[in-house]
Amino acid sequence: MSVMSATASVGTQSAENKAAENKAAENKIPATAPLLSIRGLEKHFSLSGDVLEQLKFKGGRVVREQKFVHAINGVDLDIQRGEALCVVGESGCGKSTVARVVMGLLNPTAGEIHYDGERIDQLGAKALLPWRQRMQMIFQNPYASLNPRMTIQQTLEEPIRLHHPTWDYRQVKDKVSEVMTSVGIAPDWGARFGHEFSGGQRQRIAIARALAVDPEFIVADEPISALDVSIQAQVLNLLMDAQQAHNLTYLFITHDLAVVEHFGTRVAVMYLGRVCEVAPTATLFAEPLHPYTRALMSAIPRLEDERPQHLRLEGEVPTPIHLPSGCVFHGRCPHAERRCREEIPRLIATDNGAMVACHGIEEGRIPL
Amino acid sequence: MALLDVNHLDVRFALRRGDVQALRDVCFSLDKGERLGIVGESGAGKSVAAFSLLNLIAKPGYIANGSHIVFDGEELVGLSDRALRRIRGHRMSMIFQDPMMTLNPVLSIGEQMIECLKAHRRISKREARKVALEKLQLAQIPAPEARLDQYPHELSGGMRQRVIIAIALLLDPDIIIADEPTTALDVTIQAEVMALLLDLCEKQDVGLILITHDLGVVSQVTERMLVMYAGRVIEQGPTREIINNPLHPYTQGLIQALPQMATPGSRLNQIPGSMPSLDKLPSGCAFHPRCPFATLDDGRPRPGCRDQVPPLTGADARQVSCHMVAENKPVQADQSAPAKEAH
Amino acid sequence: MSSATSSPPSIRERLNDSWLWYSFKRDPVAQLSLLVFIFMVAAAFLAPWISPADPYDLAQIDIMASELPPFWVDGSEPDYLLGTDSQGRDMLSTILYGTRVSLIIGFGAVALQAALGVCFGLLAGYKGGKIDAFLMRLADIQLSFSTLMVAIIVGALFKAVFGGVTYNTYAVPLLVLIIGLAEWPQYARTVRASVLAERGKEYVDAARVMGLSSVRIMFRHILPNTLSPIFVISTVQVANAIISEAALSFLGLGMPETQPSLGSLIKSGFDYLQSGSWWITLVPGLVLVILVLVINLLGDWLRDVLNPRLYKG
Repeated sequence: MSVMSATASVGTQSAENKAAENKAAENKIPATAPLLSIRGLEKHFSLSGDVLEQLKFKGGRVVREQKFVHAINGVDLDIQRGEALCVVGESGCGKSTVARVVMGLLNPTAGEIHYDGERIDQLGAKALLPWRQRMQMIFQNPYASLNPRMTIQQTLEEPIRLHHPTWDYRQVKDKVSEVMTSVGIAPDWGARFGHEFSGGQRQRIAIARALAVDPEFIVADEPISALDVSIQAQVLNLLMDAQQAHNLTYLFITHDLAVVEHFGTRVAVMYLGRVCEVAPTATLFAEPLHPYTRALMSAIPRLEDERPQHLRLEGEVPTPIHLPSGCVFHGRCPHAERRCREEIPRLIATDNGAMVACHGIEEGRIPL
Repeated sequence: MALLDVNHLDVRFALRRGDVQALRDVCFSLDKGERLGIVGESGAGKSVAAFSLLNLIAKPGYIANGSHIVFDGEELVGLSDRALRRIRGHRMSMIFQDPMMTLNPVLSIGEQMIECLKAHRRISKREARKVALEKLQLAQIPAPEARLDQYPHELSGGMRQRVIIAIALLLDPDIIIADEPTTALDVTIQAEVMALLLDLCEKQDVGLILITHDLGVVSQVTERMLVMYAGRVIEQGPTREIINNPLHPYTQGLIQALPQMATPGSRLNQIPGSMPSLDKLPSGCAFHPRCPFATLDDGRPRPGCRDQVPPLTGADARQVSCHMVAENKPVQADQSAPAKEAH
Repeated sequence: MSSATSSPPSIRERLNDSWLWYSFKRDPVAQLSLLVFIFMVAAAFLAPWISPADPYDLAQIDIMASELPPFWVDGSEPDYLLGTDSQGRDMLSTILYGTRVSLIIGFGAVALQAALGVCFGLLAGYKGGKIDAFLMRLADIQLSFSTLMVAIIVGALFKAVFGGVTYNTYAVPLLVLIIGLAEWPQYARTVRASVLAERGKEYVDAARVMGLSSVRIMFRHILPNTLSPIFVISTVQVANAIISEAALSFLGLGMPETQPSLGSLIKSGFDYLQSGSWWITLVPGLVLVILVLVINLLGDWLRDVLNPRLYKG
């Protein structure tokens, strides 16, 4: 598994691209170590229940047998300060698992996570507390992410009180009304419960909760896919405003490529628990390299063209229980050869600044 | 005369605080083999519209008097359940968002298809199996022979939705009503299923009513579309024309809110506020609190927009329900229109 | 945009708005049950003030006035509205005091069950893994002994070791302890099932991401959201506990006859059924049936109103 080079200055590489123009924050940041780096991350979920259920009688002997879902199988990613790294892929590709492992909601099976130079994946709850203030998360479903039995005021006060135990009542109150105002919810609505708000407003409140402790890094797991189209735009705008106001770094998980094109600085495309391509957004959309990325891009329903000319993929995504050997995509790839079935491709840098894990691209078999 | 003619369709839900009107005065028609899209956000009433066509509205909902749904010359409103069953599944079939709503988990695919055929036709089991196989092939399902004996849980999501399409085609219907058929699927699978549905409708000359929130899908699949807002049709016409030149401010906002319509990294053009709930509809045009054109220069709402429900006006092919359009006032999406936050 | 005003609804408005209140207003059975239940509870706890005699006071007992029938039967005396028992105690007073004892034991036992069951259920559901497996196996073992069997063994042992006098002194707390300990798995299972459902929700993840301690997440975030099934099961369990106590008393392992509960009243009259003094058994029996019935009716109504899918007792 190769490790991606820490390309801090993505923006300068494609300065002519419009995508980079608005990420002014990026140019100010010197080429230092990445804010978050993920190394060789693996996460397997056991399907076999407890020890008693794993015992099987086979060939005259009792053996312990376990089945695993291989959600992440060796992921390396670097996230630079100030950027919005989007992770895209279809359901079951492990993108949400990456987000949850990064946030410490799940323990990785193997691999390391470094935040600002320090390893955080092995820290206990107490030791992790200072990091919790620096990294926050926004969830997909605004109807489930607010505690139905707490008022908005209580919901927002809780993280502030936890991370600023010395603050007095007044300071906490002021902070709550500050974050509520910043997401466009009138502070005097605080005494209401979550269910009294619309989906878009609830997502604003969830964003306010994440912003309440002044984090520098936010993991957003499909934050707009449960919302209506007109509300999606509001929330995306809010996330972009917050990024400018607080100089935030995003890890943005989504399946919607149109959102990625709009929002992301860089994109990582995942398939069956592996990263198959990482590239600056404009580069990826101009020149998708990996065969899977190409198929994915051609499948976006666009308003402009009347009839889709999408690249058809054979078959469907295999289950992550029995991983294919070699390249995980070979079963559906029109360019698959023997090597693809046997050897796992590594992420290799290409001329246009992207990193691709594909034997065909590496060998020049697949036309660019 | 159109194959399906819906006139003044009102659907109400009798709730404890009184009736809530889920659909108001919905009119549309569908010709044989035509593909119609119904677009709207959640709560706009698009699914209610689809369900009411087959009178599948669950209590406490009901179709109000004065509504007319005429299918092939026959009035469906007020028809007995028995008589409706003749049409349901037979001449009009339905595809749901969740395939498991249609598929019975304890019966094999083949059993379900054969049972459905035998319920509507006098047909031997062997013949029914043959028809079922034929339809599975039509839906481009690999190894159709083997699928007949499989159970729904053995199939992947995309395959299930294909089976649903095959079942929908089983009795050679005139119209397929598809309610968000691909929302639960992944992008690549969604594209394939949509392409299949489109292809089949064209080849078999089947009409399609596609309910979706996805403007991209509508623009690729349908010929005409309705845009719904708070239980009303606010714009209808040929899909291309509406996408390229939306007249209603809501349709304009909806299209411009799409990330693909904006320069990457720039602010998206958002519609302020959110759709009102049906029991608290604003007076006049339901969109007026969110509409950038419903405010006068001094900040007061335009009296017309606030007080009067705008009728659908325009030629039959292209209708809009907006006072501004009716009065020939310019309704052009103004990028600098002040976006008010309407709480 | 839920409403035009920004002031939140008051508690009164929320109550008027709530589904619970709405369905209560439309359910005459629930209304009647609650009325009867409140009446019985009030009468029982006001017994020292409203009852005509004190059945615990031996000085007030007139052995000559024993086995007098209730007022609608010939031979009754106006002083004893519901007649007297074999020792000459006024039945009305004895029933009022007995109901109080039954209710105290019922509620006390359920409070103990709830405290144990909620803690274990939360712990098992939230922590999962080995803790879950251990606690649930413990619950399985506990459930495989019937409540009565455990109570009989413990009660008999206690009586044998400490003697009847000590037993009579500590009868109430002992019964609370026995019934409470025997039935905690019901709670633990219900709570665990709803904790498992709640744990997967994003607000719990959000609380974890915030860095809150597990104890706070369990009690501040998850517990309030599992209250509905706890309420439902509590009503059923109060009824069960009262029945258990009555059964134990009937077997002679519950409350002594000197401070009778409904169960021991039924038992004490049982011997006189043949001799024609049916009221000594029948009246307290009727009171017991009505008490348990209204509690169960209230429980049924609650279960229908609160999310019925959550209830898997």
